[in-house]
Amino acid sequence: MRDARTRIGDRLLHAYTWLVILWLVSPIAVMIMFGFNDKKSKSNATWQGFTFKWYGELFALTDLTQALVNSLAIAIVSTVVTVVIGTMLGLALGRHRFRAHGATNFLVFAAISTPELVMGASLLSLFVSANLPRDAVTITIAHVLFSLSFVTVTVRARVGTLDPSLEEAARDLGAGPWATFRQVTLPAIMPGVLAGAMLAFALSIDDYVVTSFVNGSTLTFPLWIVGSVKTGIPPQVNVMGTLIFSVGVLIAIINTIASRRRA
Amino acid sequence: MRRLTPYLLALPGWMWMAIFLVVPLGAMASVSLQTGNAIDGFVMTFSVSNYSDAIGGYSIQLVRSLVYGGVATLAMLVIGYPVAYWIAFKGGRHKSVYLFLLLLPFFVSFVLRTISWGFLLADDGILLGTLKSWGLLHPDFRVLATSFAVVAGLTYNFLPFMILPIYVALERVDPRLVEAAQDLYAGRGTAFRKVVLPLSLPGVFAGVLMTFVPATADPVNAQVLGGTSNTMIGNIIQTEYLINNDYPTASALSFTLMAVLLVGIFAYARVLGTENVLEAAAR
Repeated sequence: MRDARTRIGDRLLHAYTWLVILWLVSPIAVMIMFGFNDKKSKSNATWQGFTFKWYGELFALTDLTQALVNSLAIAIVSTVVTVVIGTMLGLALGRHRFRAHGATNFLVFAAISTPELVMGASLLSLFVSANLPRDAVTITIAHVLFSLSFVTVTVRARVGTLDPSLEEAARDLGAGPWATFRQVTLPAIMPGVLAGAMLAFALSIDDYVVTSFVNGSTLTFPLWIVGSVKTGIPPQVNVMGTLIFSVGVLIAIINTIASRRRA
Repeated sequence: MRRLTPYLLALPGWMWMAIFLVVPLGAMASVSLQTGNAIDGFVMTFSVSNYSDAIGGYSIQLVRSLVYGGVATLAMLVIGYPVAYWIAFKGGRHKSVYLFLLLLPFFVSFVLRTISWGFLLADDGILLGTLKSWGLLHPDFRVLATSFAVVAGLTYNFLPFMILPIYVALERVDPRLVEAAQDLYAGRGTAFRKVVLPLSLPGVFAGVLMTFVPATADPVNAQVLGGTSNTMIGNIIQTEYLINNDYPTASALSFTLMAVLLVGIFAYARVLGTENVLEAAAR
């Protein structure tokens, strides 16, 4: 009796889990679908037939294309900068005991828990006070700031699992600090560094709130989209979203398969 | 040299956070006490009235943000807990597949996701339009531009951040503990209440932290889904900064928001008992 009831409960929970997944995925399906919408009027809100037209005219809107290029460029530069600085900070926190250890941890935590809105607003206060013009450079500075803690935490976690005797062995065998780092430490923490890099890239290309404060007249992909909500989102946005989604999912799947192989 | 290594490693990170986080927060604190306007410039007058004016003028939006953020967080907890529970205990070999499906929305830009969700809820969109054409809904029925749309959008956007930490906590619970409880004649409900639930509280705590703060401060959902009558504090701060250039009011509002959120977090940690939470999390 109790077993039967348990089984029904499990079935219900199973179905419920799929229902929630369906809910989470349905807006993505809508996004993909309306990239194929053969719309005639200005609005892209109702289904009017299937077409590949927008894939052919993907780059027809030059300012949208420019916004996407800006987003990609900013994401790449800020990821590189963040990964270098964040890995160093992660190594310092994970490997060494030093006087400012606690204060540094606190700073990293503070950067994660500051609401994006406050971070963007305070950066704007700084740039206005310093009379710094707002452009792609200030956007990149902001993106490095909010990604930095996430990369640091990811790398620190990986460094924590590292056996210190490996580095000692390398030193005993006559490797200098730089050779030890290049040939022992870095390969060992590489999965953490890569995970941090992916996180930084994803955070950067997705950001709207912080960017909206420090962009000046430079537009990124999310900013362009929000700007065109009132007049109607052109199907090209859906197509670009679909392509970014596909590439992201593909990379994630390849990454999973590759790490299974290695294991 | 070895002594200096950690300081040299940490230096660039420190500088970045000092110049672009600590100094700006200081600059904002100073601006929030100044008076003036964008054309003639601002002067420091230590006018605390900026705060009382800002809070007095926008108390509706401030309270509304806290209510929307709170309701959305509660909804995420209620909706997300059973999902995390099922995947952790019954997911079997396919656990990672379910988690991957839950993370799929993150491969779409936050803004675009919100807009697509708005598409689904549009007055004559796929969902409501179809129901209306079947005569199941009144033609004037609408979801967009209501408070429900905003809360639903917030819930939708941050739900995975609630599910994942709860899942991680539940995943660590040894199923044998539940069996032991049942062997000792605890029913399924009692075993859940006395064993599983307490062990999952650190995950719930982390989930609430990861969702309540961004949901309360989020301007996007209110802007895209809420129409004109559901403005949240995030929209006000954006407008005051970027359109009205009223930096003192905007700074005072930002600080008020941050203070309210911090007090909320500490009160919440207090009620739940941080020691217990931290202790359980450390295991």
